Amino acid sequence: MKRIFSVLVENRSGVLTKVSGLFARRSFNIDSLAVGETENAEVSCMTIVSSGSERTMEQIEKQLNKKLDVIKIRSFENWQAVARELCLVKVRYNRSNKMEIMATCSLAGAQIVDSSKNMMLIQICDTPEKVQAMLELLHGVSIVEVARTGTLALPACGVNLDK
Amino acid sequence: MNGAQAIAKSLQMQGVKTVFGYPGVAICPVFDSLLETDIHSVLVRIEANAAHMASGFARLNGEVGVAICTSGPGATNLITGIATAYADSIPLVCITGQVNSALVGSDVFQEADITGAAESFVKYSYLVRKAGDIPRILREAFYIAASGRPGPVLVDVPMDVQLAEVKKFVWPEEVNLRTYKPTYKGNTAQLKKLMKALAASRRPILCTGGGVHLCQGAGVVRAFAEKYNIPVISTMMGIGTMPTQHPLYMGMLGNNGGMAANRAVVDADLVIMAGARLADRALSNPTELFKGKTLVHIDVDPAEIGKNAPVSIPIVGDVKAVFEELLTMEPVECTTEAWRQTLRVYRQKPSARKAPERLVDPAAFVRTLSLSMQENAVYVADVGQNQIWSCANIVMREGRLMTSGGMGTMGYAIPAAVGAQLADPARQVVAVCGDGSFQMSMMELATMKQENCPVKIVVMNNGYLGMVREYQQNAYDRRYAMVELNHFPRLDKMAEAYDLPYIRIENMQEMPDKVKQMLETPGAVLLECLIDPMDVVKN
Repeated sequence: MKRIFSVLVENRSGVLTKVSGLFARRSFNIDSLAVGETENAEVSCMTIVSSGSERTMEQIEKQLNKKLDVIKIRSFENWQAVARELCLVKVRYNRSNKMEIMATCSLAGAQIVDSSKNMMLIQICDTPEKVQAMLELLHGVSIVEVARTGTLALPACGVNLDK
Repeated sequence: MNGAQAIAKSLQMQGVKTVFGYPGVAICPVFDSLLETDIHSVLVRIEANAAHMASGFARLNGEVGVAICTSGPGATNLITGIATAYADSIPLVCITGQVNSALVGSDVFQEADITGAAESFVKYSYLVRKAGDIPRILREAFYIAASGRPGPVLVDVPMDVQLAEVKKFVWPEEVNLRTYKPTYKGNTAQLKKLMKALAASRRPILCTGGGVHLCQGAGVVRAFAEKYNIPVISTMMGIGTMPTQHPLYMGMLGNNGGMAANRAVVDADLVIMAGARLADRALSNPTELFKGKTLVHIDVDPAEIGKNAPVSIPIVGDVKAVFEELLTMEPVECTTEAWRQTLRVYRQKPSARKAPERLVDPAAFVRTLSLSMQENAVYVADVGQNQIWSCANIVMREGRLMTSGGMGTMGYAIPAAVGAQLADPARQVVAVCGDGSFQMSMMELATMKQENCPVKIVVMNNGYLGMVREYQQNAYDRRYAMVELNHFPRLDKMAEAYDLPYIRIENMQEMPDKVKQMLETPGAVLLECLIDPMDVVKN
């Protein structure tokens, strides 16, 4: 199973190491991890996507809770959340495939945010699945490099996680 | 007042009387400022033993043990001691010196990233940036170490922070950490479920772990077992919760445990685990084992519950608080006579062990020793075959058994025994080592002498790293690698070098008298006990 952990942590140096170190030491998977400040400068929010057995998911939450820099953990599944990922893809294009790439981008809601005479930089911000699908669509094109933020997620409005 | 003096004052505020450590330039300000206090600094001979001594000290008097070392190699040497304490949930505050803040990260002389290195076996760690934070940080460190599930806390203090001025020493009235609120009281609904399960059970068993000692809960757990006539078994760390001869006590659980205890957990319909982790040495396949049984798991650490086996009734809370609450609840009918009778039959079965024909039988030696010791004596077992013989054969009364159960750190016994002795100078303290584990800590004989500790040290000498040799005997068909301890130092000469009385036991005839002689000799004694090199813990 896949789960999203939204972890509020004290915004102190070394906290990211402590959290990621915990995952490494206990052989928990990190599918993606994204960190940023919250509305409170003393608090950061880590969004961690992990996969594994139900017992592992339970252990992740419990072990994270033992870390004294962790303030609060919410864990939820994809369907309970609004999840987004930002991805930048640099591709090499030529005259024959330029129109096709542009059509693909417009179909997928991706933007071409930079270009030169043989390269363009595509930006896509969507659900992790859509981002993945877009990357697969671009598979036939010569991809130069890709940068992804990893999943960011918050529980959807109206979803009560305590139930 | 500077940072180092603030550290000394914080330790005083915390009621610390004894610290264990080793100096170096980067921690000199702290040891210097301790001279101005009534705190006694015990100089060990290698840093890991500062943590082990602090551990023995903490385990006996229930306070937080304190170890103080220098930066770099001092701090990294300390790591094994920290990890050992972490594995057994022993409350320690370890203070390390660090190079000047401005040099941190530039790989200067004796710099090591100790907070980074120790991260996975500390409960929490601090790298102190401002001297003014010292009182708050130490107040928190002691609170974190001792509360909830106890454990070691590391405080790394750069040299310039130790020397920086603290304008105002502010000792916090209380600790308030928004990220840390341990649960002590068990959930009432869950406790009721436990009582209901007990009423429905015909074959209940109560298994006690090290957590019972950590919360000083042996008395209430015993009272609960007696109230409902529940047979009790213990893990290695839980030994001593019940006296060995108690009619309800069925022995130690696990691959090195007794037949009765292992049968008990297999045949039971209700298993109440109290302050035990269900770790691999106690239970080999817990998920399979608990199928069809009701498993109640009581632990102050929620992460332990359900980690190694699915639990029917989880109870998060302090073992002592939980059992105190259980004792006040509406009594239930619990009939266990037939079940106890069955277990007693197992318990009384003579051991299958074949005693060796020559030299000293370690099993008989441990029984004789433990029965000859004072009622409340402390027995510190090292790691190796000696640990298994000790744990399987010790006759507990009102004393304590201490050993490195989780980490299995060789060389734990001597420093831990010295620490325990310093915690309670009036108690009889005996350390039992093998010849391998003895050689890992024999430098501490000097500390023991320097501190005038009357610890009785036993070395079971078989010329081998016996535990590994026994493993190789079975797993590698007697192809022995790296286990022969040739050129063992002559212990009689060593005793002389350290100015210790020396006693040697070579056979069973002289064994009881010489054990008595050791215990009656005033001050520290070194006793060598010759055992058969091919003797095994499992027959």
